[in-house]
Amino acid sequence: MDTVFGVKYDGGVIIAADQGNARSILMYQKNLDKVVPLSSHSALGISGPNSDLVNFSEYVQKNIALYELSNDGMKLSTHAQANFMRGELAAALRRGPYQVNVLLGGYDAGAESSSLYFLDYMASLQKVNYGCQGYASSFCLSIMDRDWKEGLTEDEAIAIVEHCMKELQTRFLIAQPNFIIKVIDKDGVKVAKFGADPADT
Amino acid sequence: RMSILEYNGAAIIAMAGKDCVAIAADTRLGVQAQTVACDFRKVFKMNDRLFVGLGGLATDVQTVDQLLKFRQNLYELREERQMSPKVFSNVLSNILYEKRFGPYFIEPIVAGLDENNKPFLSGMDLIGAPVYTDDFVVTGTATGNMYGMCETLYKPDMEPEELFETLSQALLASVDRDALSGWGAVVHIITKDGVTSRELKARQD
Repeated sequence: MDTVFGVKYDGGVIIAADQGNARSILMYQKNLDKVVPLSSHSALGISGPNSDLVNFSEYVQKNIALYELSNDGMKLSTHAQANFMRGELAAALRRGPYQVNVLLGGYDAGAESSSLYFLDYMASLQKVNYGCQGYASSFCLSIMDRDWKEGLTEDEAIAIVEHCMKELQTRFLIAQPNFIIKVIDKDGVKVAKFGADPADT
Repeated sequence: RMSILEYNGAAIIAMAGKDCVAIAADTRLGVQAQTVACDFRKVFKMNDRLFVGLGGLATDVQTVDQLLKFRQNLYELREERQMSPKVFSNVLSNILYEKRFGPYFIEPIVAGLDENNKPFLSGMDLIGAPVYTDDFVVTGTATGNMYGMCETLYKPDMEPEELFETLSQALLASVDRDALSGWGAVVHIITKDGVTSRELKARQD
């Protein structure tokens, strides 16, 4: 069961996810990168069956790239990306749903602000300051409720993420040894930390 | 497992007063027992004299809001006039019945002022069966509570200030006994002179 969480801070947003790729009793992979960069300044933490995870994230990623190519380099705001994704999920819902629960984090240069969006597989969209997808929410939402405040720095936000990871490692039944943490700010999307190198094939 | 209409949770009431209407809703977004957000919008302003409250599955709340805006825009482009609440209610009913065998999981309420500034209220089920009242309409996961509170507290021809108090108390007391709704509330009072919106200080549990 995938764990994805996100924390917004002043000037950016952190998206973190576990790196496991498993089904039934089998662990296929321990270095999967579930935080997919959608554009230069946004990343999608995505959870669900690997088929939908890859298909949906790539579909969104390529459509966003197409928009920039077709519109003379104009960038889609995080809000627009989130609503595009909501539209696709809602349309697919009654045809053949994408069973993905996501957290979209992005930085908008124009507004000089970051945003985090919770989007579940049924296409319910909500802008939030922090969020979790998966079983993690039972453990981590209350930690975030306590620790999060307005005007956090990047280090404070990472501390919250690590607090959540520690809690999961202590109390969550399923062992998730590897997590990947990405930071999205004015300089783009970069990897802060990973448990296992996703590029290691 | 609970019904799909109770998956996200909601509590919405609309009440009529003297030449005014008010509509109030909680702001919780939940996933069954867990609360995900406390600022989720369920009441949407269609114009200065027309509000719609959408209770039910959150994704369909957002989809139907977008569909209604689309239909309203088309109407206003073609007709070059604003949609009256009665017509809007009918359009909504039509949208829902179109999906009769695969419905949107929402049960909406419509609150507005007609051309003569008289209050208009309607509610409907998920397939668009309407009910028109002159006192109050409710929808959501705490309808039993809300009906009881409204029946007790309501009186006809209240002025806007008293209507606000009555509606707020009815909603707050109702959601406090429902696990799936609450976590904040917002109230809109609509008169011929405009809309006043207020957030209620509510129990955050």
